[in-house]
Amino acid sequence: MKNIILRTATAYLIPLLLLFSVFLLLRGHYHPGGGFVGGLVASIAFVLHGFAFKMQNTLRLMKFHPSKFIPVGLAVSIISSILPMFFKKPVMTGLWLNKPLPILGNVGTSLFFDIGVYLVVIGVTLNILFTISDSGQQ
Amino acid sequence: MMQHLIILPVLVHLITGTVNLFFWGKPQPQRVISLLGTFTAMLIAFALFNQVRSEGVMVMHAANWKAPFGISFVADTFSSSMVLFTSFAGFAVSLFSAAGISAVRAQFAFYPIFHFLLMGLNGAFLTGDLFNLYVWFEVIIMASFVLITLGGSKAQMEGGVKYVSLNLLASVIFLTAIAIVYGLTGTLNLADLAITLPNIKNQGLINITALLFFIGFGIKSAVFPLYFWLPSSYHTPPSAVAAIFAGLLTKVGIYAMLRMFTLLFHPDAFMTAIILIISLATMLTGALGAIIKTDLKRMFSYLIICHIGYMVGGLALFTQAALGGAVFYLFHDMMIKTNLFLIAGVIKKIRGTTNMPKLGGLYHSYPKFALLVAIVIFSLAGTPPLSGFWPKIYLFQAGFANTSWVSNYYVIGLIFSSLVTLFVLAKMWKEVFWKKLPDTQIHVPDHFQPLSFMKKLSLVLPIIFLAGITLYIGLDAERVLTVANDIAKEMLNPKPYIKAVLGHL
Repeated sequence: MKNIILRTATAYLIPLLLLFSVFLLLRGHYHPGGGFVGGLVASIAFVLHGFAFKMQNTLRLMKFHPSKFIPVGLAVSIISSILPMFFKKPVMTGLWLNKPLPILGNVGTSLFFDIGVYLVVIGVTLNILFTISDSGQQ
Repeated sequence: MMQHLIILPVLVHLITGTVNLFFWGKPQPQRVISLLGTFTAMLIAFALFNQVRSEGVMVMHAANWKAPFGISFVADTFSSSMVLFTSFAGFAVSLFSAAGISAVRAQFAFYPIFHFLLMGLNGAFLTGDLFNLYVWFEVIIMASFVLITLGGSKAQMEGGVKYVSLNLLASVIFLTAIAIVYGLTGTLNLADLAITLPNIKNQGLINITALLFFIGFGIKSAVFPLYFWLPSSYHTPPSAVAAIFAGLLTKVGIYAMLRMFTLLFHPDAFMTAIILIISLATMLTGALGAIIKTDLKRMFSYLIICHIGYMVGGLALFTQAALGGAVFYLFHDMMIKTNLFLIAGVIKKIRGTTNMPKLGGLYHSYPKFALLVAIVIFSLAGTPPLSGFWPKIYLFQAGFANTSWVSNYYVIGLIFSSLVTLFVLAKMWKEVFWKKLPDTQIHVPDHFQPLSFMKKLSLVLPIIFLAGITLYIGLDAERVLTVANDIAKEMLNPKPYIKAVLGHL
């Protein structure tokens, strides 16, 4: 799509969207937000880039194919949910650090679970959209 | 580690599926990982079963939120034995798919989805929460929809659409029923519901809800008149997939039905009559459908429906003998139906078709295989020392003990459909094994003979494995009967279950 307004706006919007997605991810435990919404916002950033600069360039920008995000995200979520088992607690029990970290706040296993969800959502959304746009071009 | 045993059957498949995703597009490592995963699952299921048998009901509160607020996982004898038999079928199918699933299908995520399906099944058996049960059912539908359409042939798409639309309808009805129950009681924990539901004033609404649950699970387990998605979809996917569907998917509906109608609802005389009539109609339509079909897989699909009727009827009679018989039949059926579709897969490999008029001469060319199939067929028909015989005795006994006119018809239906099953299997034996190969089919190449020894082994070993378990169920029936009777006692007296979950009565 050769649209100067879209291209210029995209260049400014992508970092904003990505930052906002991380903000939503970190905010999610006690407030609205979380891995799912964060992941959707992050994938919007890449989709926007795809619209403005073609999907092939987006793929090149990402270095990893989006389908690689799915198993990694699942693995992160699984590990964070089975970690309490080694502390003799039921699966998915939240384990928290004693002191809050600066900026991030309280860090616990549920944050990592959310990070896993975030990665899976990015992977699935982009995988679907890239596949559709691939078959559209052929 | 013992306290975590209850969630491990779910986790092991989740982890195996995820590890398989890392090997996207590489069938060979996926096969090895899948075999390891299903084998581990079998060991875990054994350990869980032993633990539950020796220590009683096991409970785990996920994320340490105590019942009735959090999601509880509960393993009593019924759910742990269902997990055990699922793990047998899972291992057999995983072994079979090493040669029975083409490399193309394996590249497109067959193995990860297969493991997510098994995870959903184990979750549905182990959960103690109504909404969580719904979630596991959704996991099962998603996974099975991918499996049924994987490969993308036209017949598969058609079968898949029928399959998924009817099952989604079932989910909607199921979800509506859950919403009504939650509106009435404010809780979704099964044990908590078992206490609160009898105290609700509006018992009429509860009976209606019970019927909604019955329709929802009825579609999933293919009872009359909601069964027609099953014979029009089960013959389309590859045999390994059809085997796991036939052995486990309808049975999870039966499991949920047995669980709901013993723990939450107690059928009154009216409902008993309705369920008995439905089970009778299911048996008859299934049996008559099986007579006219000439395709092996379609015929087996109708036999599934026919035998679902036995178990639903056992639930309706609601005595210890009837419930024990239904549960025993459930175990036997899971093993046999999985095996039948695996056998159909091997026959397709040998002759290139599963259409009976085009088959023949297998007894002459593969006598040992014919012997193996004979064991399975005799077990299914219910020849005395084998596994189909024992549960039927119990069902007959329960049917005669109940004096209402419907239960007399149920017994007649049971006898009739058993005879039809025998007739259908005899016909199949004659057509596939005894008849000479039709002249038109002599030049069809045999795809089984040129396979390497390992591949042949991976096709035949699962059939031997499942047939061995069927033989064990039949020949050591005393032990299985003890388990089935204990399950029936648990169903008729759910107090230990409730006490284990809530900590009080």
